[in-house]
Amino acid sequence: MNMPLDQEKPLLQVKHLKKYYPIKKGVISRTVGYVKAVDDVSFDIYPGETMGIVGESGCGKSTTGRSLVRLEDPTAGQVLFQGKDLATVSQKEMRKLRTDLQIIFQDPYSSLNPRKRIGDLLAEPLLAHKLATKAEAEKKVNEIMEIVGLPKQYKNRYPHQFSGGQRQRIGIARALMLRPKLIICDEPVSALDVSIQAQVLNLLKDLQKSLNLTYVFIAHGLGAVKYISDRITVMYLGKVMELATTREIFEHPKHPYTEILLNAYPIPNPHERNRTQMVIEGDVPSPANPPKGCVFHTRCPFAKDICREKAPGLTGKDHLVACHFPIDEGKA
Amino acid sequence: MGELLKVDKIKTEFQTDKGPVTSVDEVSFDLKEGETICLVGESGCGKSVTSLSIMHLLDRNGSVTEGSIRFEDKDLAHASEAEMRKIRGNDISMIFQEPMTSLNPVLTIGDQLTEGIRLHMNYSRAEARSYAIEMLKKVGIPRAEGIIDEYPHKLSGGMRQRVMIAMALSCKPKLLIADEPTTALDVTIQAQILKLMKKLRDESNTAIILITHDLGVVAEMADKVAVMYAGQVVEETDVYTLFDNPKHPYTLGLMKSIPHITNPDDMRLNSIPGSVPSARNMPKGCRFYDRCPHAMKRCLAEKPELKPIEDKQAHSIRCFLYEEEEKDYEKKHAEKQHAEKEVSS
Repeated sequence: MNMPLDQEKPLLQVKHLKKYYPIKKGVISRTVGYVKAVDDVSFDIYPGETMGIVGESGCGKSTTGRSLVRLEDPTAGQVLFQGKDLATVSQKEMRKLRTDLQIIFQDPYSSLNPRKRIGDLLAEPLLAHKLATKAEAEKKVNEIMEIVGLPKQYKNRYPHQFSGGQRQRIGIARALMLRPKLIICDEPVSALDVSIQAQVLNLLKDLQKSLNLTYVFIAHGLGAVKYISDRITVMYLGKVMELATTREIFEHPKHPYTEILLNAYPIPNPHERNRTQMVIEGDVPSPANPPKGCVFHTRCPFAKDICREKAPGLTGKDHLVACHFPIDEGKA
Repeated sequence: MGELLKVDKIKTEFQTDKGPVTSVDEVSFDLKEGETICLVGESGCGKSVTSLSIMHLLDRNGSVTEGSIRFEDKDLAHASEAEMRKIRGNDISMIFQEPMTSLNPVLTIGDQLTEGIRLHMNYSRAEARSYAIEMLKKVGIPRAEGIIDEYPHKLSGGMRQRVMIAMALSCKPKLLIADEPTTALDVTIQAQILKLMKKLRDESNTAIILITHDLGVVAEMADKVAVMYAGQVVEETDVYTLFDNPKHPYTLGLMKSIPHITNPDDMRLNSIPGSVPSARNMPKGCRFYDRCPHAMKRCLAEKPELKPIEDKQAHSIRCFLYEEEEKDYEKKHAEKQHAEKEVSS
């Protein structure tokens, strides 16, 4: 595990990132409100680590991930990659930066062009960035296919000829072609069967070690996130609720939401089934109309008056939490 | 507890342009009143097709070609459509993974909920409505009197699944089939729905067939479990035995490949190599042969049968390995006894 050292410089810095989508209505498409998908999110990512982002649907984890590679332009805030603000760099420079920033998507089928052979799909980034000749690119394709565990004679096949797990390997191979520094993994195993999930997770772990990669791993499955992450960010309704090392999050969660999330997860051990479970009622509120104060107060079992009025800031040094009444170690 | 359902070696085939494809082969299990069985397996293992076979909800090109499905005193495998119509929604009902696609978007919740109630229970319109409101309250829907006149799109995923459960349970079925009821939901909502299903099960003594790929859900809900692989049941036993003492190499592989939050930090996941064979191209012998770490010569040519491994407990597996193990055990046991005899003499 690569723990971030104090003196180490972050590879990527996210500062007060906001992404609002306008809600338009009527004939002249007046903007009547905003969906606050990501609302003031900040964190740093250090070289060689894996930052997990977890949360339920609509919490803004994917939007955050997409903003990190500038697939979304932020409404406000900054994303700094090695000190450069992705939103303000020139087109030319962004093109160069894209070789360092790659993304792997959830559904490997819809992210691969069905009319292209795998060999061509993989060579494309190299040729597009004019980093290799055709012959060199082919050699590189063979190399990368071997690294991700695909037989190189599959080069002439089309995406539909592969199983889900193999397609995800292709997605990973494509992301690796440019030897990136940072890979955003957006729910890379959620669409796969359990036995295949383990294959892909192990592959990602091995690649990280051998190629010295940095990951942002976005998922709703806590098990996978725990397995791969060094640190974890817990999000809810566009905001960061808690950020700490994986061990801290799982062993000493401070935010009630984290605690509830961990608790809601079914345990594959029937002897545990009669444990007291903290089940919270209600649904996640709409991000178009988030609650005032702490966004979690509508479902929080410990909510008090101040939670309904004032939004808590993210506080702490290594273990950050956004809560007026974080879970006290002594009490728990 | 009386026996409610006995599925005996059913085979479900689909007719396609390229000839018949067998999706489910020799699947057997039985279920008592009030009992919950989980069918677990990965996509394409035939768990959904098994449940659709019971309900006669297969596509037109699919049918049960062998075996029998005894429900109380009827054989559902050979039941007519008219007979099934009386059973579906009344004695057996079903909930699905995606509640939005299984609710009609142009009818109100009330219209859809009262349809079955009026049909099977002969209630008047007003009686059916008040009963429907009662059902909605039972599944924990707030403002049931207002929600009943809403359309499905107004509800969240968790609420829609609650409506589906209310609908499925309104005619007090003896058997509820739940096909991945929580897969599309967030974890906190999943916990709510599972809690609700447990409560309703305990109140009504309904038997449940729960289809899932999540071993966590299995551990929470099941009395017994059938693990399916490539259209067959490979292991069947009660839930405690399955988790404490799994026997089939596939079950073992599956258990070790789940990243779970209670796993130790440095534990590496054990992945099962390869992928599931396609239904058109099933291996002749054991279907897990290609991926099995213990594969023997015998597994390539011979088909293992689902057999009980110990007489006293109901634990069946479809694997030659245990037979060998048993022989080994018997041999060792005999040797030990022989040695003891020699010592005593």
